[in-house]
Amino acid sequence: MKIVIIDYGAGNIQSIQFAVKRLGLNAVLSNDPEEIRSADKVIFPGVGEASSAMNKLKASGLDSLIPQLKQPVLGICLGMQLMCNWSEEGDTQGLGIFDVDVVKFSTRVKVPQIGWNQISDLCSPIFKGVKDYEYMYLVHSFYVKECKETIATTSYELEYSSALQKDNFYGVQFHPEKSSSAGAKILSNFFNLL
Amino acid sequence: MLTKRIIPCLDIKNGRTVKGINFVDLRDAGDPVELAEIYAQTGADELVFLDISATEERRRTLADLVLRVAEKVNIPFTVGGGISSVEDVDRLLKCGADKVSINSSAVKNPQLINDLAAKFGSQCVVVAIDAKQINGKWMVHLVGGKVSTELDLFDWAKEVEERGAGEILFTSMDNDGTKDGFANEALAKLSTELNIPIIASGGAGNMQHFTDTFKEGKADAALAASVFHFKEIEIVDLKKELKEKGIPVRL
Repeated sequence: MKIVIIDYGAGNIQSIQFAVKRLGLNAVLSNDPEEIRSADKVIFPGVGEASSAMNKLKASGLDSLIPQLKQPVLGICLGMQLMCNWSEEGDTQGLGIFDVDVVKFSTRVKVPQIGWNQISDLCSPIFKGVKDYEYMYLVHSFYVKECKETIATTSYELEYSSALQKDNFYGVQFHPEKSSSAGAKILSNFFNLL
Repeated sequence: MLTKRIIPCLDIKNGRTVKGINFVDLRDAGDPVELAEIYAQTGADELVFLDISATEERRRTLADLVLRVAEKVNIPFTVGGGISSVEDVDRLLKCGADKVSINSSAVKNPQLINDLAAKFGSQCVVVAIDAKQINGKWMVHLVGGKVSTELDLFDWAKEVEERGAGEILFTSMDNDGTKDGFANEALAKLSTELNIPIIASGGAGNMQHFTDTFKEGKADAALAASVFHFKEIEIVDLKKELKEKGIPVRL
């Protein structure tokens, strides 16, 4: 199986690559459209600030490539947020794959949310064998509202989308690569998708 | 519900784990990668690696260690010690560190906090603050507590938050190594006045101390070294105890 991690200069790519390796698989890093198009599975990572990450995507033309991909694509953290319509962070226009906006937590809670929180209302094959209310590691200041594409929710200030799915596109707000054996299970499920 | 985090801290010197009692005496406590893997498997929520070596090749040694840890460990970890530039941070994050912790370099050059937050995001910028009470005032200290400054703990903490720090790791020099509990009064004040997570450090001796720092100290996470390294407290037992006391933990 050919796994490509999109390398556009935004994110902790090394950790994802190691997590894939711990599953006995191999992932290549690439920003080459041909290489990405030919992959069986694509991981779209992202850490940092939304508008600068989006600018990096645009600079390499990946902003038009990603929404056209036909194979399973997994956006992680900021990657998932960039797959949405719009983000309050830097007033950023996203890729528009998920029909929902990304907004900031209020000051009623500590921001960023850092740590292990639970995911529930799981409804996607990527959660096969993962128990309801499993703990995942999250680090974020902005969140995706609940919407029709929500496949998992988490509670922090309010219920929000901690995972999304539309057709072949998946997104997770948490870091499966850093979420112990339960996170590894989700990655493994994603790689096992047909 | 977001859980309270338990964070073992591994002091590193020349690629090996050490633990300073009051930051002076050092005892060897094993291979960092092996220890990190054990902690990841036995309930630690995060790890902190604090490099205290002072050799010329420290940067390369630390980057190499980070790479080896990232390969094996499936929970987040923070790296600190001697980090003073955007380039240092870039290298460590590329090797697989999730966050970096800066201390003296932030005091000497506060703009570094802004630069790191802008380039890598606040989520990976932890500012460590060591402080002790002098005439009733909490004063910031540097170089593992050896050098005093004119900075007030709470003023400095607010400044680092405004500059973009994602988290504060507060070590009370008065409590560190005493095993008499965390500095909960100062912690509660930090946690209430600031809107970023606060990690409590210094003073852990028994399980009750952790309960107290989460309840009275309002800490978001608690860091300790020797009580974990010398198996005086098993993390899974600690978490069961915390859960019984009504504190949300990942079990």
